[in-house]
Amino acid sequence: MNEDMKACPITAKHIKVALVGQPNVGKSMLINSVANSHLHVGNFSGVTVDKTEVIFDYKDYSYTVVDLPGTYAFTDYTIEERVTHDYLSAQEYDIIINVVDSTNLEKNLQLTSELLTMSKKVVIALNMSDEADRENIQIDENYMSELIGVPCVKVSAVTKLGIEELIETVSLANETPNNGSKLIFSEAVEEEIARLVWYLDKHKYESVNSYRNIAINILKNNKRTYEKLHDNPIWTELQPILIDASRHIELHHDSDDIKECFAEEYASFNRGVVAEVVKSKLLEEKVTMTEKIDFILIHPTLGIPIFLFLMWGLFQLTFEIGAIPMDYIDMFFSWFGNTIGSTIQNEDIRSLIVDGVIAGVGAVVLFVPNIIILFIGIALLESTGYMSRVAFLLDGFFHKFGLHGQSFIPLVTGFGCSIPAYMSARILKNDRDRLLTLFIIGFMSCGARLPVYVLFAGAFFSPEMAGNVLFIIYISGAMFGLVAAKILKLTAFKGVDEPFVMEMPKYRLPSVKLIWHTVLTKTMMYLKKAGTYIAAASLLIWFLSNYPHNQELEKEYNSKIEIAVSEDKKFVLQNQLAEGLLEQSYLGTIGKFSEPIFAPLGFDWKMSVALQTGLAAKEVVVSTLGVLYALGGDVDESNSSLVNAISKHISLASAIAFIIVVMIYLPCLAASVVFTREAGHIKYFFYLFMFTSIIAYVMAFLGYNITLLVV
Amino acid sequence: MKTLKDCKKACRVKVVKLNADTDLKQRLISFGIMKETIIEVIEYSPTKSTIEIKVGKMKIALRANEAQKIEVEKI
Repeated sequence: MNEDMKACPITAKHIKVALVGQPNVGKSMLINSVANSHLHVGNFSGVTVDKTEVIFDYKDYSYTVVDLPGTYAFTDYTIEERVTHDYLSAQEYDIIINVVDSTNLEKNLQLTSELLTMSKKVVIALNMSDEADRENIQIDENYMSELIGVPCVKVSAVTKLGIEELIETVSLANETPNNGSKLIFSEAVEEEIARLVWYLDKHKYESVNSYRNIAINILKNNKRTYEKLHDNPIWTELQPILIDASRHIELHHDSDDIKECFAEEYASFNRGVVAEVVKSKLLEEKVTMTEKIDFILIHPTLGIPIFLFLMWGLFQLTFEIGAIPMDYIDMFFSWFGNTIGSTIQNEDIRSLIVDGVIAGVGAVVLFVPNIIILFIGIALLESTGYMSRVAFLLDGFFHKFGLHGQSFIPLVTGFGCSIPAYMSARILKNDRDRLLTLFIIGFMSCGARLPVYVLFAGAFFSPEMAGNVLFIIYISGAMFGLVAAKILKLTAFKGVDEPFVMEMPKYRLPSVKLIWHTVLTKTMMYLKKAGTYIAAASLLIWFLSNYPHNQELEKEYNSKIEIAVSEDKKFVLQNQLAEGLLEQSYLGTIGKFSEPIFAPLGFDWKMSVALQTGLAAKEVVVSTLGVLYALGGDVDESNSSLVNAISKHISLASAIAFIIVVMIYLPCLAASVVFTREAGHIKYFFYLFMFTSIIAYVMAFLGYNITLLVV
Repeated sequence: MKTLKDCKKACRVKVVKLNADTDLKQRLISFGIMKETIIEVIEYSPTKSTIEIKVGKMKIALRANEAQKIEVEKI
């Protein structure tokens, strides 16, 4: 360990742990349990796509745990697998914790056995041991430690069983020298390993790794080892021995693929271990809970209707339950605005605070309840295991549109937020499929667009209908996406399909804590954005819509107002003044300038401006409308809310066109940055911009004119 | 030659050979599908384009196209 850094007492007692395991074994959950009990909690979303570091202290040591993306084997098949493999073979760390699912040990050991040949210290965490107990699966962890040659500890991330023991084992293993594992191969392979070791030994080949390790790696065609040896003079002599050895092993396995041979070797070792250490009292053919649920949920005819019903229910709930606290939030902000406003003397500053910041932020905070419900729904979908069932059901359908069944996962994530969705598209191995999915994710309306929809649905439809309207908006967005995918697949992304092989995980009751954590984090992010980014944007929009002051117009109207006799007349004039001033402002100028572009869609300049500010973030669409209509002369007290302002000022046809544009056009700035990063080149951003703008414009134009004809 | 695609629901078979290219083979192997592996067909998707199988305790979904590349025999 960091001998040279001993000068610093903090780093001297530092253990860097790489947390590795197959997907869905609860690595992130385990880290959560470990760190929760020792503070310094990291920031997690449901799926780990990139490595995350968590730091905590325990007894004499400070630990850094690197949570690596789940990987089935070292195959570099997906980007996630590459991240993990590269980290493990090239980065500095002290020890590996291999998290395995106790209820499915044999499958998990496949990765373990590859880790064991890496000549790194390994501790195996037998996770989900509580679940294994319930399923009557008993693992003799002491015997297992002895058989494999590395310490094994029973843990449960859910019940926090064995967490302390795990940490103690890690620090103990860190102090003791690495003895190497007891992983043994078949006679044929061992024979060849011995021959290569003997050869390396004879030539005193210099290496940090053990000769056995080098021999195994080179037999497995490991690129790194290969490259290193290739530059060494002994290579010329080693090569014929190696070719001979490979041929021998391949013959033994009746295969021409050395990797397949090794996979079979590992599998038979693992079968041996499992047979020795696992005692399962379960009757083999008993129907499990998962199978019972699957019988209904992936039923050939019922499966898809059930899925659609669940989605419909989610949007109903989002609107119905979300609407309950909305009135109170609205009331709170108007009360808050009035209270604060009455304490400020300066007319301009009062307007800045009340009409700018409070109206803008209030309009966004209003939708927090809807956002929370939607996030809970998506978190449930992600954590129960239902998501892969839907991928299974829809793969055939998706495939017709040129998408991959696994595209479904990033696409559904996209209903929450596009950013994690862009990142989770990494599960797609093929670059074409991945790019295609990246282009389509934006069509899945993210949580930030929900406020716009809720606002317009509430303005034009009765509360009973609004939930259905929301559902229709989301579904039609997805449909547009599929059609767009088909177009792209036929034109820009032609090519061979990626194979579809996916695990269907066991159903799990999601832990309330994990859901709470995910939803809380995401909601806080939303609120934080409302408090900072959107407050600033509201300020800017307020400024742009108030300046420059047109003195002449003010004078003209003020004199008119003075002469006016009736109160009504004064009121009308005041409104006209406010409207006129707004049109003269910077924002008005921008709006007027771009109005001709949007005129065919039936947008007034306020809507045009809102769409443009929405490029920064979709919530800003709502706050812009909030500011513009709060300032825009709508001073009638009974008509103060934004919903009413919208139903009064905007026609149904324009509203539909507006929703269509919001549904399709470019996602927010942050998401666009992530998109560009994940797509790998700035040109894709321009393609995306062009692609979405054109589709949005055409569809909105159609929507507007069709509605005009029908209504 | 019988492949996994030809198997009916609820039938149990043993893998004889993987006739896939390197990528798909690696993918199948990492899911534990290799020679001698016992596979049970659980369910077909509505259009029969996707198959759910059981390998050991793990359930895996794969496309009929991929299933066609797995040579199997009755047990």
